Amino acid sequence: MSETTAVPPVLEPLQESTAPSSGRRKRRPWRGIVSRLGVFVVTLLGLLMVTFIIGRVIPVDPVLAVIGDQANDAAYAAAREAMGLDKPLITQFWIFLKGVVTGDLGISAVTGRPVLQDIARYFPATIELATLAMLIGLLLGVPAGVIAATHRDKAPDHILRVVSLIGYSAPTFWLGMIALLVFYAGLGWSAGPGRIDVHYLGVVPPLTGFLLIDAAFAGAWDVLGNALAHLVLPALVLGYFSMAYIARMTRSFMIDQLSRDYILAARANGMSERRIVWRHALGNAAVPLITVIALTYGGLLEGAVLTETVFAWPGLGAYLTNSLLNADMNAVLGATLVVGITFVTLNMIADSLYKIADPRTR
Amino acid sequence: MMRAWLVTLLVVVQVALWDAPAHAEAPPSVLVMAKALDDLITLDPAEVFEFSGAEVIANLYERLFAANPVDPARPHGVLAEAYGIEDEGRRFIFRIRADRRFASGRPVDAEDVAYSLRRVVHLNKTPAFILTQFGLDTETVDDRIQVIDARHISLTLDRAYAPTLVLNALSAGIASIVDRETVQAHERDGDYGHGWLRRASAGSGAFRLERWNPGEHLILNAVADHPTGTPALERVILLDVREPATQRLMLERGDIDMARNLGPDQIRALASTEGISVWSAPSARLFYLGLNQKNEILARSGVRRALRWLIDYDAIADALLGGSAEARQVFLPEGMLGAIDDAPFYLDPLMARALLAEAGLVDGFDITMETHASPRVMQIAQAIQATMAEGGIRVEIVPGDSAQTLTKYRARRHTLYIGSWGPDYLDPHSNAAAFAYNPDNGDGARDKTLAWRNGWYDEAVNALTEAAVVMSDPVARAAAYGELQQSVQADSPFILLFQDRTLFAARDSVRDFISGPMPDQIAYRSVSKQAAP
Repeated sequence: MSETTAVPPVLEPLQESTAPSSGRRKRRPWRGIVSRLGVFVVTLLGLLMVTFIIGRVIPVDPVLAVIGDQANDAAYAAAREAMGLDKPLITQFWIFLKGVVTGDLGISAVTGRPVLQDIARYFPATIELATLAMLIGLLLGVPAGVIAATHRDKAPDHILRVVSLIGYSAPTFWLGMIALLVFYAGLGWSAGPGRIDVHYLGVVPPLTGFLLIDAAFAGAWDVLGNALAHLVLPALVLGYFSMAYIARMTRSFMIDQLSRDYILAARANGMSERRIVWRHALGNAAVPLITVIALTYGGLLEGAVLTETVFAWPGLGAYLTNSLLNADMNAVLGATLVVGITFVTLNMIADSLYKIADPRTR
Repeated sequence: MMRAWLVTLLVVVQVALWDAPAHAEAPPSVLVMAKALDDLITLDPAEVFEFSGAEVIANLYERLFAANPVDPARPHGVLAEAYGIEDEGRRFIFRIRADRRFASGRPVDAEDVAYSLRRVVHLNKTPAFILTQFGLDTETVDDRIQVIDARHISLTLDRAYAPTLVLNALSAGIASIVDRETVQAHERDGDYGHGWLRRASAGSGAFRLERWNPGEHLILNAVADHPTGTPALERVILLDVREPATQRLMLERGDIDMARNLGPDQIRALASTEGISVWSAPSARLFYLGLNQKNEILARSGVRRALRWLIDYDAIADALLGGSAEARQVFLPEGMLGAIDDAPFYLDPLMARALLAEAGLVDGFDITMETHASPRVMQIAQAIQATMAEGGIRVEIVPGDSAQTLTKYRARRHTLYIGSWGPDYLDPHSNAAAFAYNPDNGDGARDKTLAWRNGWYDEAVNALTEAAVVMSDPVARAAAYGELQQSVQADSPFILLFQDRTLFAARDSVRDFISGPMPDQIAYRSVSKQAAP
């Protein structure tokens, strides 16, 4: 065997890569799409139904939650009717579903605005935070996991284990407070809570709701810089949590890949260790990592309630929690729908990426 | 690949930290406050019934009168320059000041007053009862509120009420006067402009609403040349910061001027911090223990009286609540017309055991206490649980969130309940109607007062409450409420516990922030800031 023999980028044991040999079935791509769409709709319907039922069985009167302790009976009756609670449960759910189909998620009993408008206001703040946190988690977590796997049971692995354990087990609320105490109040390295300094409030007209994008569109670079400065600390806190999880999973997947025969073959062929680890082993480990990353990102997009509270971040998590505590079911169902769509969509994207990255799953 | 990732990471962090040391003290003309604004859901005065909303509209609008915490029998005239009473106390005539203008520039006239008060009754939102209790309803209100001329208006009630009650009710936030032309221009489907006014302002107050981004901030700008004097501040910014610890850090760092939701521990810690002052002001909110009279044991007079001797009022106020509340054993807060200061009860298990023995409960009894699981209420509950045990009463605390416990309480399904109550306007009837009045104890009663919720019906107390409502002499009226408080204090399902205090902390530069007992008595107009040296 010559020294220059190339190793294919993805080499798997034969028994795993053997394609099914049963006949030549005709491919029907539309069937896959319809089937996925069906799963998508059924999942969301189930999610809404469960949320709706839970919202109705909890021992909280949504009318009282909205009109408060001191309202009289006439005000109570008027509010109950206005909220549609005088109708049978099934009718209430049907009305909600019809609204969803037409893009009307109802009016929030607490804020008095259309739920869709509320979500359009709060969700961009969560997306900005979650995306940067995800980026930080990815950029730190994947290399850390790889290094830990290649230095198994050595110092880097032990360090990662401790760092991950802290990130994974320490409450993000506590981490957030400590981060604020040290980097904001103590060292003064970071901007404070909120999305932006008071001087910049209202400077940039809201177009998309994404402050970074709106500031860039408006050419307000100082606003953009300030918004980023406010974003970095909560994103680091959330990113640390994501990093811990991604690093642990990367390590696990990498250890599995590095023990495979094709790695042994590559080493025997004289391929450089860097190429083996970062291209071939990581290339294969990336396939299951896609699911991990998608689920982590979905979790972040759901809104990190406690982090949002500590950093006075007006995101979806805080909105959903406040709505839940006030038994504002339109808002809860609307936000749940958005979270559900986000999760299911990310899952579908992950599935598609899976197929691109791993031909065996096509 | 590793190098590329590290470079990308460094670029991201570098860009993010580009403007990092964003320490930003507000200029002297701008006051920045951090406050939990989760209760801010509307700014329409016809609907506002929450603390934050009440505070904000008090600075956006003016009313005919303002309650007078110093002399509660004599409310101040604000938009009303003078008033007269006719028809044996049924008809009130008000003369409107000529110098008041709305933010739009229009002068305030009698038509605006009539429109604003009629609007409240027609919209019939939660706090509308403050006006409809005088016999106003959608059918009669247009006749009962009459414009006499541009500066005079009359209000006819269904019967004669105590003038102090009427004037104090007209000092409530619901009686704020709106700019009718501006509001009418935004009416949709006969909604009296409600949909628009929830998120806007149309008043004659010293401030106008600049912007409200729910969940983020609310900005008020001062009205220049306001008849009461141009406010020292040009702008007030309320930032929605819900975590008290975050508020404290922002205050220490100088990013805000005031932190409005700090706990006693944080206030204590900040008291010795250079550059920060801590403030405390009495609030009209009361904490009480409600005993459901549908419970056979609690319905015994001996038990009701025994429980009063099983609470260490002062110890809880001093040691647990740390200055955020004071012991108070009557149903009127300090400073309200007719309020007395009697506090006969203290922790005395022997006295309690004797009363329980009289009630046939020598061995005590087991009971549950529905408790809102907020730190402060839980502290109170645990302290009461401990002292009740000394009298042989074994209390099981049943925690829940506020909506859960409130639902149970309003349905009369509780046993013991720690409640809090704040008057809707600064008049003793607001509290008497809650704690003492229950004309119908049936499950389908129209008025579900606190007395109803606790299943308590006392004919003599009802009669005295009704009599006090129509007493025109403030001295006699005050005496009647004194008698009512003593009656409720001696034997009723209510054990009054504490009167709340409002605690907050501010940078030393903040001056003259006045916080009254009601949330709508916080006036930004008087506040000023000294420039940093």
